[in-house]
Amino acid sequence: MGTDSTLNALTPGGADTKLNKKEIAMPVQTRGGALALTLLGSVALSACASKAPKQLPPDPGAAVSTDTSGGAGMGVATPGSQADFVATMMGQDTILFDTDRYNIDSTDQTALAAQAAWLIKYPAKRATIEGHADERGTREYNLALGERRANSARNYLLSLGVDAARLGTVSYGKERPVALGSDEDSWSRNRRAVTVTID
Amino acid sequence: MTSVKRILTSLSILPALLLSSAVQAQEAAPESAEEDVVGTLSNDTVVAIPAFATNAEAATQTSAGSTTALGNALAAIVADDLRNNGFYKPTGPAGLPRPALAEIQTPAYGTWEGRSAEMLVQGYVRANGDGQLTVGCYLYDISLKQRLAQAGWTVGPGEWRRAAHKCADMVYSRLSGENPFFDSRIAYIAETGPKDRRMKRLAIMDSDGANHTYLTTGQTIALTPRYSPDYKSILYLSYFNGAPRIYIIDPASRAQRLLFQSKNPLFAPRWSPDGKWVLYSMATGGNTDIYKIPAAGGTPTRLTDSPGIDIGGSFSPDGKRIVFESDRSGSQQVYVMNVDGTGQNRISFFGGRAATPEWSPRGDQIAFTHIAGNFRIAVMSPAGGELRHLTDSWQDEAPTWAPNGRIIQFFRTARGSGRTGLWQVDLTGRNERKLTTPVDGSDPSWGPIQP
Repeated sequence: MGTDSTLNALTPGGADTKLNKKEIAMPVQTRGGALALTLLGSVALSACASKAPKQLPPDPGAAVSTDTSGGAGMGVATPGSQADFVATMMGQDTILFDTDRYNIDSTDQTALAAQAAWLIKYPAKRATIEGHADERGTREYNLALGERRANSARNYLLSLGVDAARLGTVSYGKERPVALGSDEDSWSRNRRAVTVTID
Repeated sequence: MTSVKRILTSLSILPALLLSSAVQAQEAAPESAEEDVVGTLSNDTVVAIPAFATNAEAATQTSAGSTTALGNALAAIVADDLRNNGFYKPTGPAGLPRPALAEIQTPAYGTWEGRSAEMLVQGYVRANGDGQLTVGCYLYDISLKQRLAQAGWTVGPGEWRRAAHKCADMVYSRLSGENPFFDSRIAYIAETGPKDRRMKRLAIMDSDGANHTYLTTGQTIALTPRYSPDYKSILYLSYFNGAPRIYIIDPASRAQRLLFQSKNPLFAPRWSPDGKWVLYSMATGGNTDIYKIPAAGGTPTRLTDSPGIDIGGSFSPDGKRIVFESDRSGSQQVYVMNVDGTGQNRISFFGGRAATPEWSPRGDQIAFTHIAGNFRIAVMSPAGGELRHLTDSWQDEAPTWAPNGRIIQFFRTARGSGRTGLWQVDLTGRNERKLTTPVDGSDPSWGPIQP
């Protein structure tokens, strides 16, 4: 790489490809087929297991809404696009973890199965799994913890038949929270691994 | 950066002043009591620091202006260094009479006694023909009517503040018996923007916050810098190209390169005390271990192989041991190992978690983040005893030692807003203050004393 000396370009997070993911309020697309519908049904039943529910109070403040991942909610996304993935997953592009943990529980398994079904349907798509931690850890440890979480998700996707060459990981530690509070609700939502397909 | 030249030979205008050195005087000082940062001298000692004299009013190429203005600015920096770090009770230069050049060697003791000052710092500045500046600094004990220390330096116009820091270091060292630390620099991460999209830029500054410079643009996340022992390089983590890797940047030219090419994420870079080795952590399949590699390039050596996260190593000052953190026991705890990776032993048994260990440059203590509810900066002995908490706030983390091992900087995160700031605390835990930075700051890395 070259020198990094242009001090006038102040775009925050320019190389940080993660964009803010909001809950997608969109009619269920049935293009996922029978498998996806079944899985979606099961996650609805199991969503309140040991982990924090997905249905939480609204985000405090308006999270930056520069979501270019989809234009979801604005018509039908192109099949096989990241927008389509987000719309189809209905929140299952993200799995959550307990404090300091990185194991895949039954809720996560359901979500990852949905992800795998979509990825197998679009075999040319590659994806990056972003691992995150909550703010109540030290910075460097959280980077390693996020990497460990992303790898847990990746390994489970591989076990479901997704080609290893298609899946990368990246950890952001505690540097990119999605929930902005300093409370258990926010921390539970920030301990996450998010699958982002690459358009 | 050109170095500050210590004057050891005679000067044309004040030939008798510079025969003895501050270093010799310092060796004669009594040993300080344990944990007593001010040695045998009361911290209430009033130190008068009038404006430095000059041989002639002359323009300079410094940001301070003429030699007269410069003399005032130099004294102000010396006073600020002492005051801001909780040492003694400096007064001046405002409100104090300005000594004439002839008084620099022969203070008007009566004048200063009348002002209830116990110590007196006087100095002079002279503009040389070549644009260089010569600064002399003298410390007197007013009641004893005795000169305690003196030194002089020649500096370039861009480094004039360093002469003041050297003077403050001379005064502090002579009065406390401790090693100097003011003439040093800090690398850190400057933070701006909302909590979910914080911009994180690598920045550097003098120990007092002056000469602040951003080294990266903020287009990619920068984290965890570490100044090299010679100040010529900074190791840090960058998401350039989208993934966390370790870069080495030259703060002067801003040229940078990868520490080495890797398909795996790399974290937590650290220098060895001699600058020849770099410790880092690498995740493979989610498992993070500590490695070392020659700073100039070469073959990495793996030092840990536990299935847990091993990260954040810090060398002992003799370079023989490494303190690091590992969650192999189930939670973050601090371990010590030999530099070849043998003899790994846990040393933290305090309840809660123990993270981000940093070995003191004196070798006698390890600073770390103790997580038991809140995040607090603490110190312990290298054997894991003598736990002492230095701070008590919601989230303090990532300690870095002053070059003399008597002060610790860290960063504090505010609950809710996530805003960060650089703070420092002395080893008594009593003198705590926030550093002034242009924007929020985190991950301070305090470099060594400059030559």
